[in-house]
Amino acid sequence: MSLNQKRRVFLKGSLAAGTLGAAAGLLTPGAVLAAWNKNAFTSKHIDEAIASVGGNPVTTPSKDITIKAPDIAENGAVVPVSVATSMDGVDTIALLVEKNASPLAAVFHLQEGTLPDVSTRVKMGKTGDVIAVVKANGKLFSARKGVKVTIGGCGG
Amino acid sequence: MTISRREFVRLMGLAGAAGLLPTSAFAAARKPSDLYEIPKYGNLCLMHITDCHAQLNPVYFREPSVNLGIGPARGKAPHIVGKNFLQHFDIAPGSIESHAFTYLDFDNAARKYGKVGGFSHLATLVKRLRAERGDGNSLLLDGGDTWQGSGTAYWTRGKDMVGACNLLGVDVMTGHWEFTYLDKEVISNIGDFKGEFVAQNISVNEDALFDYRFPDFAGFDEDSGQAFKPYTMKSVNGLRVAVIGQAFPYTPIANPQRFIPDWTFGIQDERMQSVVNQVRETEKPDLVAVISHNGMDVDLKMASRVSGIDVIFGGHTHDGVPRPVEVSNKGGKTLVTNAGSNGKFLGVMDMDVRKGKLKGYRYRLVPVFSNLLEADQEMQAYIDKVRAPYKDKLEKKLAVAGETLYRRGNFNGTFDQIICDALNKVNDAQISLSPGFRWGTTVLPGQDITMDHVMDQTCITYPETYRREMSGEEIKAILEDVADNLFNPDPYYQQGGDMVRVGGLDYVCEPAQTMGKRITNMTLDNGSKIEPQKKYVVSGWATVGAKSPGRPIWEVVADYLKEQGTVKVKKLNTPKLIGVEGNPGIAG
Repeated sequence: MSLNQKRRVFLKGSLAAGTLGAAAGLLTPGAVLAAWNKNAFTSKHIDEAIASVGGNPVTTPSKDITIKAPDIAENGAVVPVSVATSMDGVDTIALLVEKNASPLAAVFHLQEGTLPDVSTRVKMGKTGDVIAVVKANGKLFSARKGVKVTIGGCGG
Repeated sequence: MTISRREFVRLMGLAGAAGLLPTSAFAAARKPSDLYEIPKYGNLCLMHITDCHAQLNPVYFREPSVNLGIGPARGKAPHIVGKNFLQHFDIAPGSIESHAFTYLDFDNAARKYGKVGGFSHLATLVKRLRAERGDGNSLLLDGGDTWQGSGTAYWTRGKDMVGACNLLGVDVMTGHWEFTYLDKEVISNIGDFKGEFVAQNISVNEDALFDYRFPDFAGFDEDSGQAFKPYTMKSVNGLRVAVIGQAFPYTPIANPQRFIPDWTFGIQDERMQSVVNQVRETEKPDLVAVISHNGMDVDLKMASRVSGIDVIFGGHTHDGVPRPVEVSNKGGKTLVTNAGSNGKFLGVMDMDVRKGKLKGYRYRLVPVFSNLLEADQEMQAYIDKVRAPYKDKLEKKLAVAGETLYRRGNFNGTFDQIICDALNKVNDAQISLSPGFRWGTTVLPGQDITMDHVMDQTCITYPETYRREMSGEEIKAILEDVADNLFNPDPYYQQGGDMVRVGGLDYVCEPAQTMGKRITNMTLDNGSKIEPQKKYVVSGWATVGAKSPGRPIWEVVADYLKEQGTVKVKKLNTPKLIGVEGNPGIAG
């Protein structure tokens, strides 16, 4: 068996385990669903969305938050975004897309001791900032990064 | 630089006495130096070609008269043209170098000095320098855009260029238009390439990793997810030289993603830093070089953010820059070069490297004048063989040029106007759109326009044309989008390439404005205002998102040319510019 075949088997195996894990309650999807915050995700305004997640709309810009996202999106429908921070006591990381009709794209609730480093893909209709809001020790911090969404073509 | 320049002039006398130069070259007021006597310096020579766009034969190529720098880039290399360029780089007006690097007096100088480039002439120069530097003391690097741009490259899916590069002895390359063939063709071409293909900034995307189609490709690293080898170590004159690859970061945006669905790109400068760190820590290199297809503005920014790179050999933006830019960063300094296009130049970087440090360098961007360099017989035989099956088709005369036909420049070139006019006429449209590529060769007044020329201007793997209705608002959105890719003051948001070319449409452009505010006063050729809600019939080609239904653009242009006899541009749809007075990037 080549290395790669092994890897594929491993990946399939780990996927299966993941499904099993979820069924066995390890990933507690029910709890996540229970926490679904309808107001936050349908909110049309950034401040409102942040307030729905964090309790108030005021955040402090922080250099300790790193957002990884492309400068120009290869596909606006699935823009890969990662947020990591060196802060302690992080319990929530929220991701907002400034120019989307409903800006809130994701909220991650972290258990104590979880490394604050999350990745997802967001949909972006047009050029604008991706905003990360981190709740640590009851305080809200934020960072932003511009992502350009272009019709493409015409490159040299 | 000064010393070597003096030496060229002296050696030029010797070369002239030996009868190496044609008499016409002596007619210049200032005798051209023998461009090809390049004194040895140091202990390592890195030669660099880039963006030849598959031009195997010599061509004419006019450098731009508009290459605007906006914001911090204003007035800085490479955004300088014409007389400002000569002044900035200390080049004598009327000299052979002035012709090589600028558009000034183009027609006359082109007739006097003849064509540029051609792989058989380039091969002679490369062999000569290799011999002069001593066996094993040099490397030949290729920045990419090598497999695309001619009829033969298109019909052989890039294989003709792989063969030519193998003969030329390219040691390491990276790519951009290479990725406009199907991914399996890219993999096959790299397999046939005898040098190494490097690119630190291309990964297999997460979905594709589950069942990757090229698991056995040697460059693929399943742990890092990188699709190609990020760097290679070369032993040159006893020195350990690292060559890191940086492919064009926006390939799946500027070109069709559908041909290469599994690969994801991006600038990835953090990863570049970690590759440099890893190379410095584990490989004990004497020199760290990058071959980049970022484009010069992006390279300059990357060089300021990433430390530990000695030199970036750049391409993509087709800037013929005679002197490297020294960029400071927290690790020291990084040299950034850009080596022009269409086979016109060979970058020659001689370096003195001692104890793992770059102590000094001499750089020359050497123009390849085919009349001054004999054709290498082996390469010429190869080119003739490659072209033989297509020769009749390619050399077919379609019309005669009534004026200089060129493309390069921020806005419509004359050849672009012909393409736009052809689209409007043949496809019965009001407005035409044509991409602002920077490749495409030049035709002199009175010269026959052949199918070769049309293919030089249009040859891509997604050549299909379209004719469709668009609202005024949509047309403006396209213009704004492309203008931002060109004039965004932050290079990381630029894609390279020039402004979309238009036919039947005039507009006002203010490059220093922000996105959405650069384009105003759009009118049809008859002066009537473009209404945002009104529909217009638009024709174009090179659609990136999905395949268009129409005939390939070269058929449309050929049909149009055959009806013309002698071709002259009736009206150049170049925009009225605001806020560019005194900008050294535009002809005064």
